[in-house]
Amino acid sequence: MSRRPYLRKVERSWWLQHPRYISYMIRELTSLFVGLYCVLLAVGLVRLSQGHSAWDGFVANLSSPLGISFQSICLVFAVYHSVTWFALTPKAMPLMVKGEPVPGIAIVGAHYVAWAVVSAVVLIGAGI
Amino acid sequence: MSEIIMLEVLRYHPETDSAPYFQRYTVPYQDDWVVLDALNHIKDHLDATLSYRWSCHMAVCGSCGMMINGEPKLSCHTFLRDYRGAVIRVEPLDHFPIERDLVIVMDSFMDKLSSVKPWLIPKQDKPPSAGEYLQSPAELGVFHQYTQCINCLLCYAACPQCGLNEDFVGPAALALAHRYNLDSRDGGKDARAEVVASNEGIWECTFVGACSEVCPKHVDPAAAIQQTKISASVDWLKDLLTPGGHR
Repeated sequence: MSRRPYLRKVERSWWLQHPRYISYMIRELTSLFVGLYCVLLAVGLVRLSQGHSAWDGFVANLSSPLGISFQSICLVFAVYHSVTWFALTPKAMPLMVKGEPVPGIAIVGAHYVAWAVVSAVVLIGAGI
Repeated sequence: MSEIIMLEVLRYHPETDSAPYFQRYTVPYQDDWVVLDALNHIKDHLDATLSYRWSCHMAVCGSCGMMINGEPKLSCHTFLRDYRGAVIRVEPLDHFPIERDLVIVMDSFMDKLSSVKPWLIPKQDKPPSAGEYLQSPAELGVFHQYTQCINCLLCYAACPQCGLNEDFVGPAALALAHRYNLDSRDGGKDARAEVVASNEGIWECTFVGACSEVCPKHVDPAAAIQQTKISASVDWLKDLLTPGGHR
């Protein structure tokens, strides 16, 4: 008897075939905008090092309709990325206290608290 | 007339078929039947040439994993009543070569499983006369969920990375490696790291999370892999910062 195993190829559209794969791909896509915003921050640092007028020009660009649209889009994707990531943190960082697992909601909640604290510190530091 | 239900089963006989094809069977519907019962009815009464694996019929042996309407499931754990009025499409598990009909070739998994050394490697060998390696219930609790794996391979069928990269060690094997790494009696973490912490190991995982969603035993391989990523990163950093610690 001859063996002739048949391997079915994964289709390029595999990620469209189940809602869980679609939401995964959206999460992956959001990384692109988080990355782009990091590039924007890096450009800001470079402009800051180039002096007052370079910095003012950078800030003016940020305040333009195009700049505000870009930042708004990045904000939406960054929030989606953060919320979906926080939801996964109990898997990646399970905690045991006195031999008992800490409930997932407490781990997720701690991340939101840390997010709020860091945001508050940044906003206060910026004088807002 | 008694109720019936239609099954659409992927067939492939290597002696005669150049590619798999679907064949439809009509079986009697029973409220307490699972898909495996329907397949057994086909085998016993309609078509004895149908091949599939099964053994325990109670979600313990891990043999009867199949794609049921596109979702990896144990056929002994999937009731016909949940598909009443619809056609049930039954296929072999995704991402594995098909040996015949619903039977997959799982050699690659067996190789991957043994490559992560899923057994206790004691920190220090001691003779049997020195007694057992003791463990408290709390120490057992740390890894207990990862001992529940029945190697049914639903996680491999659900994981897109397994389909896209055949070298990926995969969820079940990595979860078992994590289970032994967490065991207080074990000292084999470094011995497993070569495979576990390689590119084809944990770093091929992009945390889709599908493995944990389909796991019938709630093993949560995705969690095991993410925890291993953190632990491997800490080990790498420690190694880097320790004088003379480079491997």
